[in-house]
Formats: sequence, structure tokens, C-alpha cells
Amino acid sequence: MNASFASVLAIIRRDLLLAMRRKSEVLTALFFFIIVVSLFPLGIGPEPALLKKIAPGILWVAALLATMLGLARLFAPDHADGTLEQMVLSPTPLGLLIAGKIAAHWITTGLPLVLLAPVLGIQFDLNTEALGILVIALLLGTPLLSLIGAIGAALTLGLRGGGVLLSLLVLPLYVPTLIFGAGAVEMVVSGMSAAGHLSLLAAMLAMALFFAPWATTAALRIALE
Amino acid sequence: MLTASALSCVRGERRLFAGLDLAVGPGEWLHVQGENGAGKTSLLRILAGLSPAAEGEIRWQGEPIRALAEEYRRHLLFLGHHGAVKEDLTPLENLTLAAQLDSTALDEVEALTALARFGLRGREDLAVRFLSAGQKRRVLLARLAVRKATLWILDEPFTALDVKAVEMLSGLIVEHVTQGGIAILTSHQSIPLPNGKILKVGS
Repeated sequence: MNASFASVLAIIRRDLLLAMRRKSEVLTALFFFIIVVSLFPLGIGPEPALLKKIAPGILWVAALLATMLGLARLFAPDHADGTLEQMVLSPTPLGLLIAGKIAAHWITTGLPLVLLAPVLGIQFDLNTEALGILVIALLLGTPLLSLIGAIGAALTLGLRGGGVLLSLLVLPLYVPTLIFGAGAVEMVVSGMSAAGHLSLLAAMLAMALFFAPWATTAALRIALE
Repeated sequence: MLTASALSCVRGERRLFAGLDLAVGPGEWLHVQGENGAGKTSLLRILAGLSPAAEGEIRWQGEPIRALAEEYRRHLLFLGHHGAVKEDLTPLENLTLAAQLDSTALDEVEALTALARFGLRGREDLAVRFLSAGQKRRVLLARLAVRKATLWILDEPFTALDVKAVEMLSGLIVEHVTQGGIAILTSHQSIPLPNGKILKVGS
């Protein structure tokens, strides 16, 4: 068990190291998020009431699309250079290694979004309470995006035009996360409690943590045969 | 001891081989020969457990490898056509991360010695993408020197290697086999190593 844990840590460290060497991929997703979110206040103009109302939806949709950007590259390079084969042949169960890869994906794409969101939320005149809930909702929601996305990335691995198919496959699955994530912030903005929405997000995250690595592993095994 | 009985492999509509039997014991190595497209790589992938055989069974120490799963993989080292070497990492990082993936301990001195043995001294901290094709291959082969696996399955290990590297690799295989290891490899050249068996695939 200890040895397996060390292998999972090694996978996370390797993926973070690779992300550090190829900063452009991580930064592209981040700047995409910043620019998309900033375009709305500029386009709509100074109408605080309207901006406040659409803020949660815009922040969440942008986070969703920014996560999508890097998904196609989650397994493709490992597939191309044979690393995936070696992962299958490792004495550590493949599901654990895949969970490590998903964790690394979240650290490089999801976590920066969580940290940036409150700064961008200020443009929409969100108050401190709403910004706090936004951060909590994103903290629960972005791992969910990485987990669900990994299933899609594994299913479309090695397909021609896989990128488009990946969006068609994954975006509908993101809908519940989007509804409850944006809903939580809307509740606070309109003066109600966000507890219900956050609990549902947490429940979905718990379920995805359990099932997504397993489903991703099954899909990867099919892709490798 | 690795044995396989009545293996067959089907790719698309074509049957690559059928009724293939093999047995390799400790201290022996098997040279898989065959024309391009005869199914050598497919056979090695089946033996490694990467893809399932259409028919037949593979046993390791008498147990089917499907049942052994992780226990079998602990004894196995498979090197395929693709290097599994990350271009953006240095040879040293590649080697240590590969060892951690195999859950074997590898300290830096051991890793550096293995790289030096394959003539990569002074290039340990250079990203692999700056190395030549042969040097990339050497990074991969350095894994053979550090991984304590009993069964080696090597697909075309001599590709892109110069004369000196071929000698080093042959030496490594002889060393492995004389210590009671097993090696299965494909190559289009004849390999003058002792204790070898030859298996012809397709015909």
C-alpha cells in the first residue's frame, strides 16, 4: 500500500514538473478564463444590477470552458510516448495512477481558477459573502470537472477529431455542476442560504471521486488494446 | 518460467498466428523472429498482458497471468517501440520517475551510475529532447540496468543503437540471463548470445 502511494505521488510530481516545463499550456487556460470573464462587463457596460445577476453564470461557464481546453492533452502525450503502457504494466493498480493524473490536472487547471475567481468577481460588484461562496463552490466543483473530463478524455483517446467529440461528450455532463455551482452563488446574491446547493455539489464530488477513476481506467484499457 | 500454449492472435480480419507454444525458463532467452507484420510485436504485447490473446493461455510459474495480475507485473519489464521517455524531462528525472512508478527504490547514485554506463555522463541534466535518437534509446535502456525484474520483454531493443551500445546491451542481457533471469526479444539481426532459443512467428 505504501509503495502504491509512493507511485501515485511520483505521477503527480511528474505531471506537475511537466506542466512547469510547458508553462504555456497552463497559462493559456488561465488567460482564457481571465479574458472571457472580463469581456462581459466591458460589453454590457456599467449596469451593476445586471452584472451582479449574471456574474455566477459567467464565472462558471468560463471556468468550465477553461477546464475543457487542457482536457484533450490529459492522456494524449502519455499515449503517444508509451508512458500509458508502462502505467498499465506498473505493479501499482492503474486506477490509483489515473487518480494521481486527475489530481495533477486539477492542481494545474482547477486550483488556479479557484484562486483567481474572487479577484475577477470584484468586476461584477459581488460582495464578500458571495465571493466566499463562489470560492467554496469552485473548490467543490472544479475537481468534479477534472474527474468527469478525464472519463471523456479517456473515451476519445486516439480518435481522429477527438477534440470536438470530447466537448460534445463532456459539456452535457458538466451541466449539473454548472447549475448547482452557479446556483449556490445566486442564492447568496438574492439573500438566501447556499447550503443546499453546496451539499449537492459535495455529494456529486464524493460520487465522482469514487467512480470516475474507475470508469476512466476501463476506458483507457479499451483504448490501449 | 514463462509458458504459453496454443496462442493465437487476430488483427482485424487477419489471423497473424495460431497454435503457438513457447516455454522459457530461468537462464534462457528467446529470440522471436519473423517478417515485418508477422505479429512479433503483437506476441510480445500479449505476453506482457497488454492485449488479450484470441485463444490460448499464458502462465508464469504455473499460474495464469490474468489471475496473477499485479504479482506478474512486479516481475516484468516491458520495453516497447515507444520510449516512454518524456522529452521535457532530463534523463535522470526520467529514470528516477520510472523507478518510482515501478515502486522500486532507486537512489541518485545508482541512477547516475546506470546513465554513465550507457554513455550519458554529462547529459544527466539536459532535457531529453536535446538528445539524439540513439541517446534517447540509451536513456530507456538504462532502465534495464536499474530495474530488478526477472522477466524482460524487449521489442526491437537494438534499434538506433551504435556498435558500442549494442555491445553494452548484449552484455546486460547476458548478465541478466546468467543471473537466472529470462529475456524475450525481437530483432532482425542474429544475436550471438549463449543459451538462446529461436521462435519463428508466422510463415
